[in-house]
Amino acid sequence: MARKLNLRIWRGDATDGGLKDVQVDVNEGEVVLDVIHRVQATQMGDLAVRWNCKAGKCGSCSMEINGKPRLACMTQVASFDENETITVTPLRAFPVIKDLVADVSFNYKKAMEVPAYEHPKELAPGEARMEQIDVERSQEFRKCIECFLCQDVCHVIRDHEENKKSFAGPRFFIRIAELDMHPLDTLKNRKRKAQEEHGLGMCNITKCCTEVCPEHIKITDNAIIPMKERVVDIKYDPARMFAGILKREKRN
Amino acid sequence: MTLERHKYDVLVIGAGGAGLRAAVEAREAGLSVAIICKSLFGKAHTVMAEGGAAASMGNVNDNDSWMVHFRDTMRGGKFLNHYRMAELHAKEAPDRIWELETWGALFDRTKEGKISQRNFGGHEYPRLAHVGDRTGLEIIRTMQQKIVALQQADGREFGDMEAKIKVFAECTITEILKENGKIAGAYGYWRESGEEVLFEAPAVIIATGGVGKTFKITSNSWEGTGDGHALALKAGANLVDMEFLQFHPTGMVWPPSVRGILVTESVRGEGGILTNSEGERFMFKYIPDVFKDKYADNEAEADRWYEDQDNNRRPPELLPRDEVARAINSEVKAGRGTEHGGVFLDVSKRIPAEVIKKRLPSMWHQFYELAGVDITKEAMEVGPTCHYVMGGVEVEADTAAAVGVPGLYAAGEVAGGMHGSNRLGGNSLTDLLVFGRRAGAGAAEYVKSAGANPVSDAHIKAAAARIEAPFSRQGGENSYSLHAELQEVTHNLVGIIRTRTEIEEAIAKIADIRARSKNVAVAGGRKFNPGFHLAFDLDNMLLVAESTAKSALLREESRGGHTRDDFPGMNPDWRQINQIASFDGEKVNIKSQTLPVIPKELFDLFDVHELEKYMTPAEIAKGGSN
Repeated sequence: MARKLNLRIWRGDATDGGLKDVQVDVNEGEVVLDVIHRVQATQMGDLAVRWNCKAGKCGSCSMEINGKPRLACMTQVASFDENETITVTPLRAFPVIKDLVADVSFNYKKAMEVPAYEHPKELAPGEARMEQIDVERSQEFRKCIECFLCQDVCHVIRDHEENKKSFAGPRFFIRIAELDMHPLDTLKNRKRKAQEEHGLGMCNITKCCTEVCPEHIKITDNAIIPMKERVVDIKYDPARMFAGILKREKRN
Repeated sequence: MTLERHKYDVLVIGAGGAGLRAAVEAREAGLSVAIICKSLFGKAHTVMAEGGAAASMGNVNDNDSWMVHFRDTMRGGKFLNHYRMAELHAKEAPDRIWELETWGALFDRTKEGKISQRNFGGHEYPRLAHVGDRTGLEIIRTMQQKIVALQQADGREFGDMEAKIKVFAECTITEILKENGKIAGAYGYWRESGEEVLFEAPAVIIATGGVGKTFKITSNSWEGTGDGHALALKAGANLVDMEFLQFHPTGMVWPPSVRGILVTESVRGEGGILTNSEGERFMFKYIPDVFKDKYADNEAEADRWYEDQDNNRRPPELLPRDEVARAINSEVKAGRGTEHGGVFLDVSKRIPAEVIKKRLPSMWHQFYELAGVDITKEAMEVGPTCHYVMGGVEVEADTAAAVGVPGLYAAGEVAGGMHGSNRLGGNSLTDLLVFGRRAGAGAAEYVKSAGANPVSDAHIKAAAARIEAPFSRQGGENSYSLHAELQEVTHNLVGIIRTRTEIEEAIAKIADIRARSKNVAVAGGRKFNPGFHLAFDLDNMLLVAESTAKSALLREESRGGHTRDDFPGMNPDWRQINQIASFDGEKVNIKSQTLPVIPKELFDLFDVHELEKYMTPAEIAKGGSN
């Protein structure tokens, strides 16, 4: 059953590294992570790779397979031609730590910058009532397994290290959208903050993030574009601006 | 080089549901908290929980109450559960779920806009709060975001978001340190760099989850290596009833690379039926006497139950997991299995395709992408997979304090007692919320009265030497091969069906692997080196396997997640016995301990005729303690 697969693995660290060719057995139904594990157990005991669930649910084994950001546990070896060499490399948008493991701490820093959910003060635990149809909009974004493939593929940071400071990336645009669409969240101005503090305006909707999302979340269509449209409305809507002035005058 | 040192009030080892809930509680009690996370933050095995979290909110059927939930839990555990833990769990679970909603969780809703609840094996009423079939992800993400919310509040107060609560991701603890008989901290290494790190803290909460990687076919991720079980044993704590492992009845069986991956019980909860290769719906043959009045013995009634639960008994596919797993095992052994050694689980004939995709989205995805099976059109092949360990650290029910070690706490899967001999599906997510919170509160209370307990240099040196050891050996054993060997032994000799001779063989083989593991050598350097990491995980798994095998040998009966071919029945005398494992530095020793007697007010919640099936005449006559 087993056949030989030509696998090309990036090995090294931040100082130095390169592609190494290995031949490894592959069996029917195996995914790329299986053959990487086989290399680890039989040829390269110290080969670094992140993984957890091996079922596409935790988003740990993100890497680039033939240059495309993917989960190694959900990529069938059989999806490539039998004679094709499969090349595995670490996520390119982030600094490499070792071999296939990249330093994704950027994402955890950005997560800490998104203001948390705020529950209505008057609503005691157990009192919340929400319609299924209303929670579903946010639920789509809460399917996110934080594999950060969308962050990796996004050219705003993939090719421009300098943008990282002011750009949260698609993963956190859906986090903001999720809170913005949450039926109960009371924090105001999430969209405007997305624009002003998290770099929403830098996204030019090429939809690369949506294409790589293993959860098939419509990042661009359902989160980024609606937020961009609403931000434009809020910022440049003359009626709204006029109403705002009246409101302020009334308060004064 | 100088050693990296940190000081905290509370150290939480493990960043799954229990660990994070404990951390929230300890921080809200005003303490500083370090969270140690073996993987990246938010990847813990809790994300794999699919079906839901059991809590008697009564949103779908208002006959439900904590008392019904308590009864179901005790029945599921075959009355070996620590009654007080089961009681606290049943009483507090609804509050823990509602609390998550105030932190931003979005559960699926009923028509009235309340949290929806679904049916599950062993639960009398629809009881599981859920989000499709990704409930665990929702729970861990909610708590991860709650931690961030606490950090943001600290940022506003102290000018540093990590002033009082910090996550140490990709860090492994190799030793819990004690001074003067009390907890003083923990020692470990950064997975990324291999550098060592010392945490000083008067209280340590173990929330490391399970042991599945000890077995060959498991639903657990690589992290389930029994770290907390082993750390606790080595720190002088006890493990209770380690013979009880839950083999989830439905893991994937094909292709080989996905063997063991979980197929959620919700598939059966939503109407999936089990058939053998002859097309027979076989579960009707396997309803045990103790459950005969609750489960339908014919297809017509079982089918009616989905529409009318008040006037029909439940389908036998929804028996507790141990019963279903054994039934599947028997069918396959009798030659009525599928081509790949499983049975068929089919949801396509009962539910329309679009409903399947909506209610079981990740199952559809998983089978479609990994096995090429479209579950809206065809049956799945499934078989038992090692899923959960009921045994674990012996704790005080109310505080989650580990018995015998001041300052040590344990919550979630790593703690024992709550689930008795078999856990009901859905009870684990609420277990980790209820007892995670209690562990955080217990540790906070302890810290307020305990003084600083600095770690001595001698203990630091010893811990450091242990980490260095595998690097200094040349040409020794390979940790990957030893791990594979151990998995063969546990799978073949202390698996789902056990007998004396096989368990004895397992004990000898585990001892042999353990002796050889002292000679494990690691290739390469310290930087992110999985071979090095596995050397330590392997040591933990060996202690767990030894505890399981030795406990399994002594328990001469079959109950829940422990089935002895040579002692097939349940024995009421054994129901009164917990087996306590301890470690003397060389080997694991087991002693018997009597279960606490269930108090009268809980005893009286049951029909006495039901209790007669489990308890001795003397216990029945006594009628609980006063």
